[in-house]
Amino acid sequence: MRFHAVFVFFILMAIGMPACAANVDYAKSEITFVSKQMNVPVQGRFKKFTAQIAFDAKKPAASKAEIEVDLGSIDTGSADADAEVGKKAWFNSSAFPAAKFASSSVAQTGPDKFEARGKLSIKGISQDIAAPFTVKRAGDVVTFEGGFVLKRLQFKIGEGAWSDTDTVADEVQVKFKIVTTGNK
Amino acid sequence: MNPSLQRYTGVAITLHWLIAAAILVTFLLAQYMTNLQLSPVKLKLYSYHKWIGVTIFLLVLARLAWRLAHRPPPPPASMPAWQHSAAGIAHFFLYALTLAIPVSGWLMSSASGFQVVYLGMIPIPDLLAKNKEMADQLKQLHEALNWLMVLVVVLHVAAALKHHLVDRDDVLRRMLPFLKQRSALK
Repeated sequence: MRFHAVFVFFILMAIGMPACAANVDYAKSEITFVSKQMNVPVQGRFKKFTAQIAFDAKKPAASKAEIEVDLGSIDTGSADADAEVGKKAWFNSSAFPAAKFASSSVAQTGPDKFEARGKLSIKGISQDIAAPFTVKRAGDVVTFEGGFVLKRLQFKIGEGAWSDTDTVADEVQVKFKIVTTGNK
Repeated sequence: MNPSLQRYTGVAITLHWLIAAAILVTFLLAQYMTNLQLSPVKLKLYSYHKWIGVTIFLLVLARLAWRLAHRPPPPPASMPAWQHSAAGIAHFFLYALTLAIPVSGWLMSSASGFQVVYLGMIPIPDLLAKNKEMADQLKQLHEALNWLMVLVVVLHVAAALKHHLVDRDDVLRRMLPFLKQRSALK
C-alpha cells in the first residue's frame, strides 16, 4: 500500500509538475469526511495523502491538482468501521490501495472562489466530479479549502448488504484543506 | 366507596407496563446487538436501542409528573412499616435508574463520537466531545447501572409476587390492567 503511494509519487515526479508547484504542508493539511449512519453524521479522515498542486490565481485555467489518498490510512470515527472498510465490499484496499483525483480544468467562480473539475478514481472506477474551493493567501502560504459530495455507490463503496442507503447514506461529504508554502 | 378498592390510575398503569416492556426489550436487544459483527443490521439495532432509551427517559418523566398530581394508593394497612420503607427505597431506585441509564447511554454515545438522533429525525445535542477514555468509562457505568437495575427489578418483582401469592393482598392487582381486586370479589 505504501509502496503504491511511493510509486505514484515517483511517477508524478517523473512527469514533472510546472515550476510554480508549491510545497504542501501536510501537518496543516487535511482530508476529512462526514458519512451518515442511520442519519447520524459521523466524522472521519484520511491520515495519509499526497498532493501536487500548481496554482496561479491569475491564470486559473493553467492550474493543476493531483491528489492521491492512501485508503488504508482511513479513520472512520470508530475502530469497528476502520477494520470493516478495507474489506472487499468497501474499498477492497488490498487490490485498490489508493483513491486518486486528477484535475482536468480549474475555473474561477468568484473572488477567491474556484472550481476544480476532474476525474476521481476509487476501486477501479472513475467518475467526473466538481469541487468548489476557496483560496486564501497569507505571505507565501496559500490555503485551498473546499469539498464535494461523493456518492459512494457510484464507486461501489459498500456493496451487498451495505448498499442499503437507509443505514449508510449514499452521500458522503468530503472536505479538504491543503496548505502550501513557498509560493511566489 | 370501599377504600380497599383503590388502584393506580389508568395512566399510571399504562405507563408502568409500557416502560417495563420497553426496558425489557432494549435490555435484551443490548445483549444481542453488542455481540454482532459490524453490519447494517447492527447499526440499525444500535439506533433502535438508543431510540428506545430516549423513549423510556421521556415516559419516566411523564410518569413522575403524573405521580406528583396523582398520588399512588396507600399500602395495605397490614403491611409492616419496614416493608413500606423498603418499597419506597426500591421505587426511588427504579425511578432514578430509569432516568440515569438513558442519560449514561447518551453520554457514552456522544463520547464515542456518535450523536444520538432520536428516531433518525431529532438530533440530541452532544454534551461531551469525542473522547475514547471517557467513552470506555461511560460504557462501564452504563453496564454497571444496568446490573444494578436488574437487581432492583428482581427485588421489585419478587416483592410483588410475595404480596400476591403469600400475603394475598391487592398490591400487585392494583397495578395490573385487567384483573379485579380481591377485596372487591369478597
